[in-house]
Amino acid sequence: MREWLATRLREPRMAAILSIGMIAVSAALAANYSRSLLAFLLFQASILVLYFARMTRWLKMLLAGLALGILMPTLGTINGYYLEVATQVGIFVALALGLNIVVGLAGLLDLGYVAFYAVGAYTWAIFGSPQAGLFLPESVARFPLGGQWFFLFLLLGVMVAGTTGVILGLPVLRLRGDYLAIVTLGFGEVIRVLANNLDKPINFTNGPKGITPITRPPLFFRPLLDVLGIDAAPSVLYPIYFYFLVLLIVGVVILVNRRLEDSHIGRAWEAIREDELAAISMGIPLVRMKLLAFACGASFAGAMGVLFSAKQVFINPESFTFLESIGVLSMVILGGMGSIPGAILGATVVTVLNLQVLKGLSLWLNELRNAGVTILGYNLAQLPTQLEPAKYERMIFGIILILMMIFRPQGILPARRRTRELGDG
Amino acid sequence: MDIPLMIGIFPQVVLDGLVLGFMYALIALGYTMVYGVLEFINFAHSEIFVVGAFVGVEILLGLKARGVLGNLSPFLVLILLLLAGMLVSGLLAAAVERVAYRPLRNAPRLIPLISAIGVSFFLQDAVRLFESLWRNAFNLVYPTMDQLNLRFQLTETIDISTRSLVVIIAALGMLLLLHLLVNRTKIGKAMRAVAEDQATASLMGINVNRIISLTFLIGGAMGGAAGVLFGVQYSLINPYTGFIPGLKAFTAAVLGGIGNITGAMMGGLVLGLLEAFAASYLSLLTNGAFGAEYKDIFAFSILILILIFRPKGLMGEVVRERA
Repeated sequence: MREWLATRLREPRMAAILSIGMIAVSAALAANYSRSLLAFLLFQASILVLYFARMTRWLKMLLAGLALGILMPTLGTINGYYLEVATQVGIFVALALGLNIVVGLAGLLDLGYVAFYAVGAYTWAIFGSPQAGLFLPESVARFPLGGQWFFLFLLLGVMVAGTTGVILGLPVLRLRGDYLAIVTLGFGEVIRVLANNLDKPINFTNGPKGITPITRPPLFFRPLLDVLGIDAAPSVLYPIYFYFLVLLIVGVVILVNRRLEDSHIGRAWEAIREDELAAISMGIPLVRMKLLAFACGASFAGAMGVLFSAKQVFINPESFTFLESIGVLSMVILGGMGSIPGAILGATVVTVLNLQVLKGLSLWLNELRNAGVTILGYNLAQLPTQLEPAKYERMIFGIILILMMIFRPQGILPARRRTRELGDG
Repeated sequence: MDIPLMIGIFPQVVLDGLVLGFMYALIALGYTMVYGVLEFINFAHSEIFVVGAFVGVEILLGLKARGVLGNLSPFLVLILLLLAGMLVSGLLAAAVERVAYRPLRNAPRLIPLISAIGVSFFLQDAVRLFESLWRNAFNLVYPTMDQLNLRFQLTETIDISTRSLVVIIAALGMLLLLHLLVNRTKIGKAMRAVAEDQATASLMGINVNRIISLTFLIGGAMGGAAGVLFGVQYSLINPYTGFIPGLKAFTAAVLGGIGNITGAMMGGLVLGLLEAFAASYLSLLTNGAFGAEYKDIFAFSILILILIFRPKGLMGEVVRERA
């Protein structure tokens, strides 16, 4: 089957027909059976097939644009959960691409990556909600800030997270690989504990209760919709709006990543990863390059953090645990360290596993339990109620990490230039 | 600031800190022994520790269900728990090494570390899965044994419970045994040789793989014992309990100079005491602005500072007595 598909995909005309057909069929299926998990998974797989298909560049871009820009939102209006999954996938793709710079290109294992995401999220959450009014006088500004500020804060989030990355990086980048990993882990925990406890003496973060409501970006395209005669409620518009915002940011992130990869900076990073000593002797400014990697990775997370807080309207420290950091790490590892398509694929697969497959399994098991189905003489109604497959994301991450390290450390879609795994010089 | 109160609680704080410190020291041994031999952070050690705690609670609940818990001497039960916990955790640690680390022994440093993180996450949910199927609950409470809750009144204001004493005595005993094992026996000598230079050690007729397995077995057993003692002391456990103590024990190992057994013990005690002081005095010193909830930050900050300024640890200059 795989052989067959691979040979077909190499032949341009066949490839085009095959991927167009697959996208069309799966989209039609997903639209018709809007509650079917399988149909949506097939739709996602068809986009993957499109990636592997060999065809002219413009046709590929056109098809991708069609699938992601038109079909996906359309499916989203039929089943809102599809769009939610797609948006989450986008968020994690951006995070994985950011971590990919730090871990994959520069070879620095960062176990506290989610801290930068948290920094971005809190940057907007504090000022985009009444929270800032609690510690800033009214003469400064009236909080929450208006929705139009969101776009400024998107940039601000990038800068704040990038700066945090530099501040953290400065003292720790001299450390050897495994110590660096533990220090970043500690830093991630420190940020989370701070977010949890900085509700006193001055209430910055509102502690474990979290911050809400956070202002969403304005629907600036409203007049356009009115002209077109589309009258949609904000509750319908916002998911699509956020989906496109995420898509836009992911596009920018991919572009930046691709430009970086082949620039002298990207090559310097890879040189550092392969052999620090050799890199120094070739005249690469080690500390500056490592700092740049940290700052770049952090800034992507910062931007996504700002968007995440606006999308969720509510954030609390629970969204920024060690589990999230490892989740993003396992996406990068699964796809292939240092590989951009790898990071995208890894993020998609892991997010879909978590959000759809595990949850679907939970629901299915519950249905079976409630129906009292008997399998091999065992009545499923007796199944323990605490058994919820949806809660086993750690197991997924764990299995991914172990298996990939043992059997395929270069990942599913290895980077082209990858010769050796992360070395520590 | 309430100076008399601060002086009054001082001995009690020291006692609490010591109990905590010995617990950290026991866990830290697992990190430090493995690091000494393989220069590898066994990230899954915190789950080895949790498994020990779960073995203990399962035995206790089993005894309780049969109604024999009240009739047995609590100290006998405790020894049984410790042995069982050590056995299971030790074997698990050795098995994990065999499956997830040995194939990666010659890979670059970060590869086995990532695998270890995977093992850690996998084991957390594996314990959860097992307990969910077996008991339909994974937040478990250690059944109390009355005799262990007796408190000795040392002075008017200071007291110590039997279980705290048990923790201190058991930890001291095990540390002593380990010290003897590493420094006075042939196996210990082999371990030190493997730590020094694997290739040469194997030329001298030492079975390196066996010694490494043994190192994991012993380190895991110490972790299992610490798990049982943790359960007895603090009662509440769940599959994710191990993360924070594990991270702190690693801090203790680094603080004492990783790879150094005496260092791990000292590091554990120092960290335990510091944390107890932070928990009790931080809010008194800052008039309630910062409370006990910052004690974790305190530990992590120590870790970060030590790694940055003195990665060799406090005892780093002592001739390395590596296990």
